[in-house]
Amino acid sequence: MLALESVSKIYRVGVLGLGKLTAVSEVSFEIGEKEIVALIGESGSGKSTIGKMILRLIPPTSGTIRFEGKDIFSLKGKAVKEYYRKVQGVFQDPFASYNPIFKADRIFTMIREEFFPEISRPQWERKLEEALRAVGLNPPDVLGKYPHQLSGGQLQRFLIARALLLDIRLLVADEIISMLDASTRVDVLNLLAELRDRGLSILFITHDLSLGHYISDRSVVLYKGRIVEMGSTERIYSRPLHPYTEMLMASVPRIDQKWTHGEIRVERNAVGPSLGCVYYGRCPIAQEICARRVPPLIEVESGHQVACHMRT
Amino acid sequence: MGLRVENLRVYYRTLRGYVRALEGVTFSVADGEIMGLAGESGCGKTTLGHSLIYLKPPMNYIEGQVFLDGQEVPIWDMKRMNEFRFRRISVIPQYAMNALNPTRKIGQLIADLLAAHGVDFKEILPELKRRLDLVQLSHEVLNMYPIELSGGMRQRAVMVISTLLNPSLLIADEITSALDVSTQKAVCEMIVEFRNRGFVRSTIFITHDISILYQIADTIAVMYAGQMAEKAPTEAILRSPRHPYTRMLIASLPQVGVRYREERLRGIPGAPPRLLDPPPGCRFQGRCPVAFERCVETPPFVEVEPGHFVACWREI
Repeated sequence: MLALESVSKIYRVGVLGLGKLTAVSEVSFEIGEKEIVALIGESGSGKSTIGKMILRLIPPTSGTIRFEGKDIFSLKGKAVKEYYRKVQGVFQDPFASYNPIFKADRIFTMIREEFFPEISRPQWERKLEEALRAVGLNPPDVLGKYPHQLSGGQLQRFLIARALLLDIRLLVADEIISMLDASTRVDVLNLLAELRDRGLSILFITHDLSLGHYISDRSVVLYKGRIVEMGSTERIYSRPLHPYTEMLMASVPRIDQKWTHGEIRVERNAVGPSLGCVYYGRCPIAQEICARRVPPLIEVESGHQVACHMRT
Repeated sequence: MGLRVENLRVYYRTLRGYVRALEGVTFSVADGEIMGLAGESGCGKTTLGHSLIYLKPPMNYIEGQVFLDGQEVPIWDMKRMNEFRFRRISVIPQYAMNALNPTRKIGQLIADLLAAHGVDFKEILPELKRRLDLVQLSHEVLNMYPIELSGGMRQRAVMVISTLLNPSLLIADEITSALDVSTQKAVCEMIVEFRNRGFVRSTIFITHDISILYQIADTIAVMYAGQMAEKAPTEAILRSPRHPYTRMLIASLPQVGVRYREERLRGIPGAPPRLLDPPPGCRFQGRCPVAFERCVETPPFVEVEPGHFVACWREI
């Protein structure tokens, strides 16, 4: 349904924009129908940049993003609106997504004005009620309130309901769980999984591996803008191949198992920023070739790809 | 001797009245104990941490006593607290990475801090260098500005600075929340190492992430809406929690190994009460599946097994 083809994003940084920062580098993956793909990475891995490019908020420096076969940056006029009817995003901080001086349900009115001017009021109200119930909210409890009167979980569901009002096919969920409390976050996760079962595709961007494991079908692991490993979530979690994925799995705090006490690794300098494997600086099994050549993503078993000279 | 807090009550003064952020909190932390303090946002865990070292308006001390190594700590007295701060009670703040003055080099900053507490920088320099080695920071950082260090490096620098005078009590407030998992692990292991080497005696490690506490804490205290719900050794909290809130909270944690398709987790329905006018009695009663008539009275925080305290009428 959605395909990224060798997408790169280079930001200009520093005085006069002379410096270059490669946020995303030659990233290719697909999101299929009724699928939750987890995009996993630490801060600076480029995961949010990818989300923003899919939402057309920033253009890629090179590469193409196709939705149902069409390059999304070639869309013009009406086609853009049609795209947003089908692809929507929800972001990390629910409080920042609202204007505090207006009531929270203003976001629905704006959707109506923009996308459904022809619909009658009772019809709209029915549609809205349906969407709110779909995200587990009781409409009389939450409508007509200001953002500060609602909890983070409720505001986050509002934003998901807003997306559901459209004929949405793909939801980009960028760290939407991280600001929520433990007792409510799992309900929002379950909601995403239910929506998937009803036909929605979701790009679930997260740094939290346990959340990704809980709901995703496939996982894409990013490090410094490059995909280091991707495949079915089960495979990646039970048998990680890339040393970075291995390290992540070993560092994630769990309540059924204690950390094994390994050495804390200090960074090694790579030859140059664009040369060699992105993980060379921290890799425990790196060899000389890793500093010279970027490892390509190689399929090691059906649907499981790894970019590592040593493990492929 | 460690830390002992008795019936601590701290409210926030607002225009609409008092927000009862800490309501009769009682607990103790032994020498060498790392106590994890867990709870959801707004439960009072950060207020508790702050009130032990820097109780500033709009926080209002109402009542309660704090003892450190047998001596009373005058937490209500800003001035007298100065002899405790940094020397005997120290804190690693939530945004430690931004806690460093950007216009001072790290070394100067440490010298200033020590001078303010009457300690000679030169004398302590060898020990400082040893500790920098321990957290794998080069001595060069003393000549660098905070902006030259990465987030993880700044965090480690603050950890060294905060514990430089071997405080009896260290309060670590959400120090891992902004870090990547690999850095998170390193920072947690350093907290344990500091305790093992006797740089700090008792530690209160505040976090919302129980899985981190399972890795490093000796005991875990769970707070709910300004009150202590339960405190017990780490294994007991995770394997045999007694308070209904703790039980539901632990059952709701997504784990590596648990998948939606195989096992559906459940959250806790409802929301915590407003602390401006909380209901009388147990503050969890509105969301509690086993609440009964008695819960309109405040349950006492009692020891049900050695070292296992719980505030629930069903468990007494």
